[in-house]
Amino acid sequence: MSRFIDLTLNGVTSGMIYASVALALVLIWRATRIVNFAQGAMLMITTFIASSVIAASGSYILGFAAALAAGLVLGAALERLLVRPVEGGPPINAVIVTLGLLIFLQAVAGMIWGNTPRSFPAALSIQGFRIGGRHVLFSPFDLFTVGSVLVMSLALGLLFTRTGMGLRMRAAAFEPEVARLLGVRVGRMLTWGWALAAVAGSLAGLLVAPVVFVGPNTFDAELVFGFTAAVLGGLDSAIGAVVGGLILGVALSYVSGYESPALVTLAALVILVVVLMVRPSGLFTHAKARRV
Amino acid sequence: MLDLSDVVVAYGAVRALDGISLTVPAGSITAVLGANGAGKSSLLRAISGLVAPRAGSIVLNGRKITGMASEEIVRLGVSHVPEGRGIITELTVEENLRLGALWRRDRRDATLALEQSYELFPRLHERRRRAASTLSGGERQMLSIGRALMARPKLLLLDEPSLGLAPLITSQIMAVIADLRERSAVTVLLVEQNANSALAIADRGVVLNLGRVVAADDPRTLAADDQLRHAYLGL
Repeated sequence: MSRFIDLTLNGVTSGMIYASVALALVLIWRATRIVNFAQGAMLMITTFIASSVIAASGSYILGFAAALAAGLVLGAALERLLVRPVEGGPPINAVIVTLGLLIFLQAVAGMIWGNTPRSFPAALSIQGFRIGGRHVLFSPFDLFTVGSVLVMSLALGLLFTRTGMGLRMRAAAFEPEVARLLGVRVGRMLTWGWALAAVAGSLAGLLVAPVVFVGPNTFDAELVFGFTAAVLGGLDSAIGAVVGGLILGVALSYVSGYESPALVTLAALVILVVVLMVRPSGLFTHAKARRV
Repeated sequence: MLDLSDVVVAYGAVRALDGISLTVPAGSITAVLGANGAGKSSLLRAISGLVAPRAGSIVLNGRKITGMASEEIVRLGVSHVPEGRGIITELTVEENLRLGALWRRDRRDATLALEQSYELFPRLHERRRRAASTLSGGERQMLSIGRALMARPKLLLLDEPSLGLAPLITSQIMAVIADLRERSAVTVLLVEQNANSALAIADRGVVLNLGRVVAADDPRTLAADDQLRHAYLGL
């Protein structure tokens, strides 16, 4: 029983990290119908920036803030410089651009920071809480992980449903032409979409880095897990991304704990294939025919 | 109010507008008639900036708007109600309406405009929290017009408001348009295939065929011209 509780708690924590990556993918998918394969590399860059800032200043908070700010700028800049020229073209062009960007960013990171993964600090203790005379598999840092992803999801939710900016962004994503007729500067909304998505990705990088370390390729699996979570929830749904992340996190934790950690990536791919076969629109998107 | 001279719009090799010149006087209702493919929708799309003309100029109140972006043209007082109504079905009725005035600085007047849209179409008020996808065809048209009015337009472009609506609803919509012009002095450019209902409220009628203006006259003269009606309006 205690093993079950440990594995569940552990799954919730990693699930929140997958949820954060999934949110980044969903935000971009909703706005531009592009799966951003460079997301893993983008959060790798911002985590490296955090690592450098922490090393130079000795302040975790400063590094944390720097990574989120760098995400905002990086996301906006990439949309403006690389994605804008291929928007409106065949979707495959944009996909190739994000794949190229992935390779480019990994190479650049290797040149600047080297290819040997380095350790990354956790915000709080990673020793599990003591409950009933034993340490459970849930630490103050895990609590911080769950809390910060929840706060970010809630903030994004409020932004989208309660503000004029969010309404504009949704309109621009659903019906760009109609949105323009109503005075929405659609291009600017897409830039914001990429910027916010990159912030969500940066957060995931900061939270997972103490476990996977920071190196040009250490975050590759996060993109796979994040993508699986996003597809599980339905690529169009932000709530689906969070729930999909949680389900995936817990499921993979059971696989890892009861079977073998070696099977985790395989299990994620099995889940991905099964979802695509059984319910390709995901759990939270009700696929509907669009009349045009 | 609006002057078009020799406007050419082409999609690839196909010329949708083949040198259109047209003047829309302030405060008038001008009906644009013609068969499918005559260039009616392209005319509105060129004015609102959704397509850039290949040649010619479009002047709004002395200001050249040719080639300007749609999101800027709406700020100059041009609201376009697109064909098929263009409501955003994923949003609620009220979100659709609010979207029409989000760009405006005068937030107080935006709130007032929302109330006025609800007064004009009480049905929308009843359904304000519902997803726009649940509305009927007539309600969608009301939403689309109500939303365009949120911008307090000086020029209202209406693309086939009667399309797919029952005759009773069509005449209600036409009455609303005529009433709007009386009360708010808005200028209306009304594109219709339904010539009778459009000419009934218009001050002027323009007939398009294959991207050219073939007739521009008083609505009664147009309606009485048998040859024209048979040739271009299918009546």
